[in-house]
Amino acid sequence: MSAIRFEGVSHRFDGELVVDDVSLELTERRIGIVGANGSGKSTLARMINGLVTPTSGTVTVDGLDVARHGREVRRRVGFVFTNADTQIVMPTVREDVAFTLRRHRLDAATATARVDAVLDRFGLAELADRPAHRLSGGQKQLLALAAVLVGEPAIVVADEPTTLLDARNARRIAEHFATLDEQLVVVSHQLELLESFDRVIVMEAGRIVADDAPEPALDAYRALIG
Amino acid sequence: MIGVYHPGSSVLHRMPALAKLALLAATVTATALVGSLPALGIVAAATLGLFALARIPVRVAWRQVSPILWVLAFAVPVQWIFAGWEAAATMGVRLVLAVALAAVYTMTTQVSATLDAMQVLLRPFARWIDPDRVGLALALAIRCVPLLADLVREVLEARKARGAEGSLTALAVPVIVRTLRTADHLGEALMARGVDD
Repeated sequence: MSAIRFEGVSHRFDGELVVDDVSLELTERRIGIVGANGSGKSTLARMINGLVTPTSGTVTVDGLDVARHGREVRRRVGFVFTNADTQIVMPTVREDVAFTLRRHRLDAATATARVDAVLDRFGLAELADRPAHRLSGGQKQLLALAAVLVGEPAIVVADEPTTLLDARNARRIAEHFATLDEQLVVVSHQLELLESFDRVIVMEAGRIVADDAPEPALDAYRALIG
Repeated sequence: MIGVYHPGSSVLHRMPALAKLALLAATVTATALVGSLPALGIVAAATLGLFALARIPVRVAWRQVSPILWVLAFAVPVQWIFAGWEAAATMGVRLVLAVALAAVYTMTTQVSATLDAMQVLLRPFARWIDPDRVGLALALAIRCVPLLADLVREVLEARKARGAEGSLTALAVPVIVRTLRTADHLGEALMARGVDD
């Protein structure tokens, strides 16, 4: 597994301390992050991909400083957003998945084979030539995940990937998460999604208030929110 | 180009985008230069042949070409009044043919193929223009049309639900704010996918 390390990490946004002196090492396969709105959990997740850089402290992925080696880090870390609509760049399903591979400079045959394989894996092969914006919410989130995985990242970070989905589609996404070989970091309010994870981190006001196996960590979170 | 690609394996689907773009430019230019209605009739027959060759259903083809008829409903009578019926008919047929030929192109060519073709065309100017960036800008422009259409629809529904149907402020302010926020999210997603690297 890759090693994600936060060392004395703080982040200020508009003068407000969003993440407050966090030190962590994430080496487990499945890691969940929970917390109330504004607790800093999404900011923490964004730092792993370099979307947000710390105001102080360092974040490293496999020893690479995210602030200095953003390009290499983003090749290793894929990011799935809450709203898949804003993650889709190209007009059709196949083109959007293939878009990820443009920066990989693969030959056409290899790229096509990888795109076809990932579309097949996520049940999107029959929708390959459909306009991406006409997919259902669940299909769009699957497309977002497929578009990330086609780049073969070592780590997948997902920021509330099931928040906008109905229960059925949320379950489908959770089932796909369960099959991933990649290291997975998921920010979620849906606690049942994290019950089978290896480690759960609870955040409150930018700080880590619990960091444990899912059961005790989620109990601590439930106690926190009353 | 927004989701009008009609999947298929015809000769036209398989033809390189660059060759199709060149043919489209040549045919539309020739149509603009042809002055006689009989000659335009031949081009029209050939265009119908292209739709058949690409195996595009009449209903799908009609959906692409029909919007131009609204423009013609105003333009043709005006032309008739000022330049006579023959000039009006010629202009109308030329416009329909140009739209129909462009529709054949868009329905048989994926956007990514068009972007690749644009990048090839821009390569000689790579010293001054980054072809990848131009390609990405075009792709985003195409992608943003349905995204913004959805956004406006949602704001219109919200405005209606709040009983403010006539208020321009209740439409413009949320549309602008949400458009800027969507642009931020899209930028963040592009960065996450390594576009700015």
